[in-house]
Amino acid sequence: MTINPDLQGRSYPAAEVYDVGREKIREFARAVKATHPAHFDLDAAKALGHRDLVAPPTFAIIIAQRADAQLIEDPASGIDFSRVVHADQRFVHHRPIFAGDRLIAELHVDGVRAMGGGAMITTRAEIFALTGENTADGPGASREAVSTTTSSILVRGEGQ
Amino acid sequence: MSTASIAPALSELAVGQDLGSRSITVSRQDLVKYAGASGDFNPIHWNEAFATSVGLPGVIAHGMFTMGAAVQLVTDWAGDPAAVVDFQTRFTKPVLVTDTTGTEEPGAVIEVSGVIGALDADAGTARVDLTVVFAGQKVLMKAQAVVRLA
Repeated sequence: MTINPDLQGRSYPAAEVYDVGREKIREFARAVKATHPAHFDLDAAKALGHRDLVAPPTFAIIIAQRADAQLIEDPASGIDFSRVVHADQRFVHHRPIFAGDRLIAELHVDGVRAMGGGAMITTRAEIFALTGENTADGPGASREAVSTTTSSILVRGEGQ
Repeated sequence: MSTASIAPALSELAVGQDLGSRSITVSRQDLVKYAGASGDFNPIHWNEAFATSVGLPGVIAHGMFTMGAAVQLVTDWAGDPAAVVDFQTRFTKPVLVTDTTGTEEPGAVIEVSGVIGALDADAGTARVDLTVVFAGQKVLMKAQAVVRLA
């Protein structure tokens, strides 16, 4: 199956809220072998002026990859997950992610480029923290820009 | 747990300055832990038979594991993980992780080193360029972290 070229320019609205927990920050920090105390110890984080535990710089990948899953699992996309290779990744943090944040992500398909029998697909997740009503799209919801993540995946074609 | 280091001052830094290096050992268990922590359960990162069936030489580390572990050199130097405002890389080579389960041997060793790549006094930022090597080859390219400093 070939990659649907009409994917370019497509957007997926925020689907679910991701609640950032202290134990998840600790677990993720251990998993990337981080030892900085601001990930583990509330007093250490507060001593640096933070309101709660600080997530590691790549923590946003959890939220970004959940957003990407909407595209990858969309039958109309033509993407075979077993043939996906991560080509590049960028995180731009407008502010740090803290424990207690309630995050949502909007996914944008910025690029689809045929490569051999496969394709390079570039997606961008705009991650926001909910600051008003605790629903993604409820009335009165307000939000604060937290991170912009950009990733390119190479979907290998047959024989690649 | 050690206390946070003192944040470096932007005015005292120079392009090309060496920020040191470290070795990161990786085991198959580390990849299972990263899969659980991140939610990325692609079997190429934990199942040998699956990995070889899709043409890989064996189980490979998540690119995001390598990226996430490599930046610790930067956060520890900066003294605050929140100082990293921009971090990017390209993934160029896989990190093959040998099955050493039940022994003390690492399945792979990744070498990370960093230098100051650029300084922006107006923005108050320093760019750290990371070199990340496995088995003599660079596995990340253009691995750059922008750090906000006082």
